[in-house]
Amino acid sequence: MISTFASFLLGKLSLNQLPNNPITAGGAIILVLIPLAAVIFISVTRRWKWLYREWLTTQDPKKIGKMYIIVAVLMGLRGLSDVILIRLQQALSVGHAHGIISASMFQQVVSAHGTIMIFFVAMGLMFGVINMIVPLQIGARDVAFPFLNATSFWLFVAGMVLINVSLVIGDFAATGWLAYPPLSELKYSPTVGVDYWIWSLEIAGVGSLLAGVNFIVTILKKRVKGMKMMLMPLFSWSVLGSMFLVVFAFPILTVTLTLLAFDRTFGMHFFTAGHGGNMMMYVNLIWAWGHPEVYILVLPAFGVYSEVVATYARKKLFGYTSMVWAIWAIVILSFIVWLHHFFTMGAGSDVNAFFGIMTMIIAVPTGVKLFNWLFTLYRGKINMKTPVLWFIAFVVVFTIGGMAGVIMAVPPLDFQLHNSLFLIAHFHMMIVSGVLFGYFAAITYWFPKFFGFKLNERLGRYAFWSWLIGFLLAFVPLYILGFMGATRRLDHYSASLGWQPLFIAAGVGVVFIICGVVLQFMQLGVSIWQRNSNRAGRDPWDGRTLEWSLPTPPPSFNFARLPIVTKRDSFWYDKQAQFTDSRPYEPITIPKNSPLSMVIACGAFFLGFAFVWHIWWLAVVGLLVVIVTIIWRSMDEHTEYELDADEVMRIDRALTPKEAGL
Amino acid sequence: MSELIADAKMVQLNKQIERSEKSSTAVFGFWVYLMTDCVLFASLFAVFSVLRNNTYGGPSGAQLFSLPYVLIETLALLSSSFTCGLALLSAQRRHKKQTLLWLGVTFALGLTFLGLEITEFHKFVTMGDSWHRSGFLSSYFTLVGTHGAHITIGLLWMAVMGVFIYKRGLGPLALKRLRMLSLFWHFLDVVWIFIFTIVYLFGALHV
Amino acid sequence: MNKAKKRLGLAIFIIAFLVAWGVYLSRVSIPVLQPKGPVADKEFRLLLLIFGLLCAVAIPVFILLAYTLWRYREDNPRRGSYVPEWAHSRWLEGTWWAIPAILIAIVSIITWNATYALNPYKPLDPKRPALTIQVVSMDWKWLFIYPKQHIASVNLVEFPLHEQIHFYLTSDAPMNSFWVPQLAGQIYTMAGMQTQLYMAADITGNFVGRSANISGVGFASMQFTAKSVSSREFNSWVDKVRMYSPKLSILAYRQLERPSSYVPPHYYSYPAKNLFGLIIDKYMLPSAHGVVI
Repeated sequence: MISTFASFLLGKLSLNQLPNNPITAGGAIILVLIPLAAVIFISVTRRWKWLYREWLTTQDPKKIGKMYIIVAVLMGLRGLSDVILIRLQQALSVGHAHGIISASMFQQVVSAHGTIMIFFVAMGLMFGVINMIVPLQIGARDVAFPFLNATSFWLFVAGMVLINVSLVIGDFAATGWLAYPPLSELKYSPTVGVDYWIWSLEIAGVGSLLAGVNFIVTILKKRVKGMKMMLMPLFSWSVLGSMFLVVFAFPILTVTLTLLAFDRTFGMHFFTAGHGGNMMMYVNLIWAWGHPEVYILVLPAFGVYSEVVATYARKKLFGYTSMVWAIWAIVILSFIVWLHHFFTMGAGSDVNAFFGIMTMIIAVPTGVKLFNWLFTLYRGKINMKTPVLWFIAFVVVFTIGGMAGVIMAVPPLDFQLHNSLFLIAHFHMMIVSGVLFGYFAAITYWFPKFFGFKLNERLGRYAFWSWLIGFLLAFVPLYILGFMGATRRLDHYSASLGWQPLFIAAGVGVVFIICGVVLQFMQLGVSIWQRNSNRAGRDPWDGRTLEWSLPTPPPSFNFARLPIVTKRDSFWYDKQAQFTDSRPYEPITIPKNSPLSMVIACGAFFLGFAFVWHIWWLAVVGLLVVIVTIIWRSMDEHTEYELDADEVMRIDRALTPKEAGL
Repeated sequence: MSELIADAKMVQLNKQIERSEKSSTAVFGFWVYLMTDCVLFASLFAVFSVLRNNTYGGPSGAQLFSLPYVLIETLALLSSSFTCGLALLSAQRRHKKQTLLWLGVTFALGLTFLGLEITEFHKFVTMGDSWHRSGFLSSYFTLVGTHGAHITIGLLWMAVMGVFIYKRGLGPLALKRLRMLSLFWHFLDVVWIFIFTIVYLFGALHV
Repeated sequence: MNKAKKRLGLAIFIIAFLVAWGVYLSRVSIPVLQPKGPVADKEFRLLLLIFGLLCAVAIPVFILLAYTLWRYREDNPRRGSYVPEWAHSRWLEGTWWAIPAILIAIVSIITWNATYALNPYKPLDPKRPALTIQVVSMDWKWLFIYPKQHIASVNLVEFPLHEQIHFYLTSDAPMNSFWVPQLAGQIYTMAGMQTQLYMAADITGNFVGRSANISGVGFASMQFTAKSVSSREFNSWVDKVRMYSPKLSILAYRQLERPSSYVPPHYYSYPAKNLFGLIIDKYMLPSAHGVVI
């Protein structure tokens, strides 16, 4: 009687699910302590009200963007600590030694690393930068659907929390970051690990999907009058391409995860071995999302590079039209290459050759972009600031990684390199240079716009060099290890293979990367410390796009008067013509703060948690919270307030003279 | 000083433009959302097509489905789409009562459809042909069930919409939402036609 | 002077670093780059060809990048002329749509032919008979069944030199990928499905083989030895195994099926009739379910 009640109340949850080895326990304690410390800090400094009003309930995409980036950075640290474990294990677990963690835990760490880095770091940085920049660049006061935007963010947070809860209660998927069945089916993974994986991605994925819808509409509908599509800054174009991919790819992820969840939770047979399931269908579906996902992440970073290169070369972007066409070529092609992730499944030569060639064709628009960037620099006046350094590192690393990519796109060569560490080196070179370096450049570039001071250049340089050296040291050995026959996700190998020195070298590379990260934090700290000697005005880099026309930091409504756009880089030419705006101010409607986005995400979190542990009453509660909140919100017709013209003028005036001296 | 503040007429005009732009933005956004739903259903259809012959010794579509029964379901849903259109038309003419009436009829027809579907599911499950049985049945229940879940959401939305219109009348907000609801409902209708053809008709006819 | 010294030191350090690694790598085995069978050999040659073609485009790009950065950096006293409005050239843009397109067209033709030529399902020499070996990936070991020879082995596959081997592969566990890098590329093994692979060895010796796809907690131990021997030696090995090893009955298979890691090689004689087919059917036919479980 009591046990039935307990199982009703708690599902599969019990005290046994708490960590039972020192490393997980340590991780869990840290994960509990950090939020606890934050809560205490906020309480002591009496900042709850401020936090609630200014951040938690905000609908301002600039603030939401900052929160995305903060979450992504925190998750980056978690992902980096996974890296440390992986490198230590692979450097030590040789021959008779079995390393520092068990095989099962190693596999969980590997899976968590991939999942977290893609979904919560890369996606977080991307959406953060998009939120902060896109409305400013297209001359909009807001995104199309501010409430939806906040909801997307909080769903992202809910997914993030759920994946971290797995470290404290239960376990995580030990299946690799894409959880191929039948390994990820109940038969071979009976614990809740895979369920955590499914539900945290499901929740965050729905958030991304909604954000994709939001930014497509924002870019297509909210551009300031006069900004025709072909006048848009290239970053916004890239985001549009990326968001199209989100809208077409993420529903596939949602379906795939749901079907796997149905297999595991309700005993269905979509991907099971036997009973008419088809595991290869999962692999097809997950890559039909997964390959576009790569371009979802990379395209906005390409956009960042386009802005950075043009600004610091002080030159118009070369081949604008080509650049736009290249983006759309990539968008379309990225949907017809997914099979290259499993040439080894034994499909016919015609199928393999077709997908191989399609894959290579993507190299053409990518190459075109590369040449256009180079020729933007050509005949420019290059200001060698850190964003440019990140760009140079990107070109070098991305080209090497891209060559490896073309090699693996040849099916017979893929037979020799698939799932080897060569592949790992390849995609890290693509994603780290094409995504992470891009967002590092973006943060350095746009930081002064939002905080009013520049980041310390010298420390930025040091961080850059640590990163670059560390990165090459960490991944060039992996190419060689791939040739030596080392496969991914190995928790142990025999000493006679001669792999250990290379693994150790890769580990040394990680040490350099860690130094780079430490330097980046120092850079931030020092820059804040010396902010008064580092002040930046509206336009510290002599920018070209509209965001640089705004006061620093921009007011919540961005533009007191909507800008006039007649050509590409209008602001650049306005500066040369010394244009001053003397049009009258008008009242502005601004969305009111709302805690309901957070409430919806809470409901979603509990829904996910309930599905992981089979606590069905909680699932019902979570679902009801979501539904009722949405209905509640829909009944509210007063979600905006108006700032009258006097007030707008007052704010704008107050922001302007402050910078007169700069 | 005063020339820096736009005059009231101008502001009023701009506000109106802004409001209508906002409404069209919302409807456009809803179209984009529907596109994502389209991809979602397309994926489920693809899954169904892959698994439709994987009966693993269980029943096939031909053995399970009764076309006349499904035809009744189809008729209920198709006519609900028609009455939903009538509701929107009445709303555009600002006929509150008529709108509510047609919404009510649509709701009833939708509920009938849902009831029929649940009855059918229940019958299969009690016969032992539930979703555990085979890959084919898993994909059948999931595809048709996802459509059913959408219908349920649509009904819920319709109920809320009804209350909203009843209490607050047919303002621009209500109209905008009704337009989106009717888009949603027509969309589900189209999806159902595909389900009817691909799942039931092809299934029953061994195509 | 001091700066020059520093640079020299750095250059020496880098060169020494690279040389040390070169020496190390020349002394260890790099299977993919040291093929010992015709399939892996063709794949290796193809790799060199593609790599060369790619370098032909990539190296000029790097040179162009370095040159541009040096020539147009702001603080270069001999900086090239600054033309801020120069942003379009039909001729130039046409060129760099064309260059990668031509490169990829060439690589595509090579790819198309190579994909057919190196189709793993294609016999190496259709005129000569092939030795058939059935492979089952299990939790966490490899079972090799020799249907004609009536023997089976675990974590060791032995075969005669130069003879083409025709593998049929399936899985009685999560998905794995069968890989002997020095002899041929990978192919997946999947429950309820059968894949194929042809390979051969040009020299005698032991080659490391492993699974390349994560399959659970014992994944790292999914390693086996591919042993190429003379045909005389192979025949005597077969006879020995058939005479002295226990039978692989259904019951013995069920024993073997229990998850285990780091299983040392061992042998069986007379595998149960159509064992390989039964293992596939177990996932495909409800009637076969339970026969081999």
